[in-house]
Amino acid sequence: MAAEGTSAMAASHFADAEQRETAATFGMWIFLATEVLFFGVLFAGYTVSRVQHAEAFILAGRHTDVLLGSINTAVLLTSSLTMALAVRAGSVGWRRSCAAWLVLTAVLGVAFLAIKGYEWHEDWLQGLVPGLRFAYSGPDAPGVELFFFLYFVMTGLHALHLTIGILVIAVMALLAARGRFSAAYHTPIVLTGLYWHFIDVVWIFLYPLFYLVSRS
Amino acid sequence: MTTIAAEGAPSYISAGYTLRSWLTTRDHKRIALLYGVSILFFFLVAAAAAAMIRLELLTPAGDLVDDDTYNKLFTVHGVVMVWFFLIPSIPSTFGNFLIPLMIGAKDVAFPRLNLASWYIYTLGGLFVVVTLIAGGVDTGWTFYTPYTTMFSNSHVILAVTGVFIVGFSSIFTGLNFIVTVHQMRAPGMTWFRLPLFVWAHYATSLVMVLATPVLAMTLALIAIERLLGVGIFDPALGGDPLLFQHLFWFYSHPAVYIMILPAMGVVSEVITCFSRKPVFGYQFMVYSLLAIAAVGFMVWGHHMFVSGQSMYAGMVFSLLSFLVAIPSAIKVFNWTATLYKGSVRFDAPMLYALGFIGLFMMGGITGIWLAALAADVHLTDTYFVVAHFHYIMVGGAVMAFFSALHFWWPKVTGRLYPDGWARAGAIVMFVGFNLTFFPQYIAGYLGMPRRYHVYPPEFQVLNVLSSGGAVVLGVGYLLPLLYLWWSLRRGRLAGANPWGATGLEWQTPSPPPTYNFASAPRVEGPPYAYQAGGTDGR
Ligand SMILES: [Cu+2]
Repeated sequence: MAAEGTSAMAASHFADAEQRETAATFGMWIFLATEVLFFGVLFAGYTVSRVQHAEAFILAGRHTDVLLGSINTAVLLTSSLTMALAVRAGSVGWRRSCAAWLVLTAVLGVAFLAIKGYEWHEDWLQGLVPGLRFAYSGPDAPGVELFFFLYFVMTGLHALHLTIGILVIAVMALLAARGRFSAAYHTPIVLTGLYWHFIDVVWIFLYPLFYLVSRS
Repeated sequence: MTTIAAEGAPSYISAGYTLRSWLTTRDHKRIALLYGVSILFFFLVAAAAAAMIRLELLTPAGDLVDDDTYNKLFTVHGVVMVWFFLIPSIPSTFGNFLIPLMIGAKDVAFPRLNLASWYIYTLGGLFVVVTLIAGGVDTGWTFYTPYTTMFSNSHVILAVTGVFIVGFSSIFTGLNFIVTVHQMRAPGMTWFRLPLFVWAHYATSLVMVLATPVLAMTLALIAIERLLGVGIFDPALGGDPLLFQHLFWFYSHPAVYIMILPAMGVVSEVITCFSRKPVFGYQFMVYSLLAIAAVGFMVWGHHMFVSGQSMYAGMVFSLLSFLVAIPSAIKVFNWTATLYKGSVRFDAPMLYALGFIGLFMMGGITGIWLAALAADVHLTDTYFVVAHFHYIMVGGAVMAFFSALHFWWPKVTGRLYPDGWARAGAIVMFVGFNLTFFPQYIAGYLGMPRRYHVYPPEFQVLNVLSSGGAVVLGVGYLLPLLYLWWSLRRGRLAGANPWGATGLEWQTPSPPPTYNFASAPRVEGPPYAYQAGGTDGR
């Protein structure tokens, strides 16, 4: 959905650059709306399963690592800050600073994935991976298995989005460093920012659902 | 009518004749034709399955195919017709071709995304073809759990992957249209000067964008559940099969509006043109389109009255379903009022459009029966339901598709088809359709269940009528293929505006040049400036 490049307007189907930038941004917002519905299915599934297996979800929720989860939340929120700074730098045309903030954002994203990967590894060792290695037993096992099924699907899909985001940011950082963007033209960075913040918002919902509500 | 485009500008067809020039095009008109060819292919695949089904049902015994094969036949018919023909049918072809023309733009907002959506469609279609070659899928197009996740021995994962993928082509098309309508309108083309065809596609796009992701995720969950034996739908694993039905119908009821709203857009254009009168109650038409799209999101539970859903939920869903009938009826009233005292001409597009109104009304009214809780308990899962939704989808959406095909064929190809043949085709299709599906209402009302290939002998007369009707209907589909093909080379040249229609798409040559207009058009008045009783511009 990137803008149509910087070719001369005469050969473009847009009337002017402003129309092009507004269209691209608007398109990104609509794409994010579809993403909300995409994740929405999983949130609905979580809600229904939680109502039906209240006890099991409370038990299962104590098996996630609240410390690592909280650290990851901090990492991701910080990355949203650095992303916002990158967009700001891009909009005033600070090429090198923009690239630097983008790189930092990507690094924080990778850090998040590393921590998340470590958590998944721990879950694997504890036999908490439904369908592949699930060792939890007891009367609540089916509900616990559902909890961890949703946990893996939702954090997995989130991690997939994050991975795509990191790759896009890497490309943007490269382009920014090479001077492709200016104060007049930096829409791709704005779009990347929107996407990145969206991923962050999803995590803000995942974090309490899987790490917090069952602990009291 | 003045022609804005300069003489001698090459048309979008003569812009390049190589296969490569088509497969790498970003021209919305060429992409529309790519879609046209693809959906024709899948229409024929699904129609072949339908033919087998009707042939099997000629006799009460299961003598042509066994029950497994029969299950696969109606599944393939449903899956392919719904996702590979009906959903993209009008939007991806005529919507794609016409929206930029109608709003005076050079192209859609994101031409590359537009082409990508066709490739995504093709990839999804490839999965379906592979599914068929591998041996098919037998779950019904509804993919109900836990049958799909646990018990079916057919190629469920391949099939849902195909539908998952094709969903994204529909999302991207919807996204493209929304941004195009918002951002690409020509100077003077205000929101309430937009043709109803564009409004209809705008409403459709909202549904595409907001409903399709839900289906995609739900199907992905089915695939995972089937693969790993763990998930949220199978009751044996602690899941909830009703949750699947909620999610499935959250998409699949609005999907009906993805099919019918564009059809309403087509019919609005055609009725007003061949009555030579402005559409009656233009603003009401716009608001009803939006109301149908919005309320359509809140009625999905009417598919689950007998699924064990709460009785009170059933009552609310029933009431809301009745509510959708109001904007739908407003549209029918306004089409009728447009005809009133108009200079009505019965050209082929008009015949199809009038057929649409009758069949859509029939399908809509029987929909009210099905939305009524008590009646639905009796009628659910019978042929009554089958007849109802075929009246909407085939009687409604497909009739409108043919109306659009005949109305804009001169614009797309620059040629006129033989008028007499076309009118005959419309009448054959109308008769064949009613003969095929009306008996199914009766059979269903008398209690014949759907999805069985063996049935009690007392239903044979109705089934023979229906199968006979299917042959007539088949002729009705074949005729346009033949004379339209003929017209490509032999048809008379159409000129820019053969119908004397208003609308920007008629003010540029047929077929239009690559960027549609030689200079950006400027719009100065409301749409549909037809003069009743006046000259018809010919
Ligand atoms: Cu419905």
